[in-house]
Amino acid sequence: MYNTGKIITGLVIFFVVFTFPFWFNGAKAVPAPKPSLDTPKINELKAASEDGTVTCLMPTEYMKSEHMVILNEWRTADVRRADYTASYNGELYPMSLSKTCMECHSNKADFCDRCHNYASVTPYCWNCHVEPKKAEGE
Amino acid sequence: MDSTRRTFLKIAGACAAGLAVKPATDALAMDLVLPTPKSAAPDAAALRAGKWAMVVDVKKFTEESRQAVAAACRAAHNIPEIPNEKHEIKWIWEEHFENAFPGQGGEHLPPEVSRTPLMVLCNHCESPACVRVCPTKATFQRADGIVMMDYHRCIGCRFCMAGCPYGSRSFNFEDPRKYLENPDPNYPTRTKGVVEKCNFCAERLAIGQLPACVEACQNGELLFGDLEDPSSVVSQALRANFTIRRKPELGTQPKVYYII
Repeated sequence: MYNTGKIITGLVIFFVVFTFPFWFNGAKAVPAPKPSLDTPKINELKAASEDGTVTCLMPTEYMKSEHMVILNEWRTADVRRADYTASYNGELYPMSLSKTCMECHSNKADFCDRCHNYASVTPYCWNCHVEPKKAEGE
Repeated sequence: MDSTRRTFLKIAGACAAGLAVKPATDALAMDLVLPTPKSAAPDAAALRAGKWAMVVDVKKFTEESRQAVAAACRAAHNIPEIPNEKHEIKWIWEEHFENAFPGQGGEHLPPEVSRTPLMVLCNHCESPACVRVCPTKATFQRADGIVMMDYHRCIGCRFCMAGCPYGSRSFNFEDPRKYLENPDPNYPTRTKGVVEKCNFCAERLAIGQLPACVEACQNGELLFGDLEDPSSVVSQALRANFTIRRKPELGTQPKVYYII
């Protein structure tokens, strides 16, 4: 084989660079993010409920994996068909990201962003939709 | 047919393999079914109409009311005021008669017509050119006649701007947030790269409110109502007054009427 030295060196360098993310991070798993539910509105709902728990529009597991599907459907319903409300758990809610979701989950940075950053997804919702302002003194 | 045990076994194997992946394909197909909220419905208070239309009573307008109307629209829809005229975003704005109604004025117009600006906005045409040219159906016509934009779908090709004969559409050449100090969270801003225009305040009609510009008028300068309802303010005004529309020769059938 010609140029053995160069080829082997090249291969070693390639291998080191290629596997960089694996050995650099070691075997450390980044802990799964915990979206914060500590907002004034959710605390208020918790205090008002009998057993101290609050359910979102749908069960938590469903919301975790399918919230984007709900938002997508809301968008179609609201923009295309001018349907404004939908009922969940027997209550009517406006199908609106800022009026319904963000009313309780007013902490975008500690709720939405935590998981989105972890999963490395950058939804462009907030390019247009305005995130709620922080309450005074927060 | 010339078939051997070997080919038979091959085909049988392939079929078995196909059956084995069926649960997986079923699961994939399941995910495609959107959980449409069956209860989705318009708000109980929503204003409805067969065909929404507007009448602009030009003579009633004053400098003040023109400002108020434009300001109300800007506030309701987070419309930025961009100093660079080429990047301007316009929903309802002032235009002079000769530009708004080319060919419809004579040589000797009264000065209050030729020199006073009048308010122009999207005409929500009956046969809108913008809707026909939109390649993504981002702009569409609702059953009640409102020509709407779905900003989520807009790819910023600007065909609609070329199609619209009234210049009612504006393109976001830059991020509008830079020019908005306190955007209202109840209405989204737009993003760089989409086209926007007046939506007859569809979001306000949906919760039972009249358009922001109409509400800002103190003396009935703007009238808004259902063309198909003979008792609506718009129908009454159209019966009582001679009205003109912008560029009627193009056949777009505007639904904004002007009492000059």
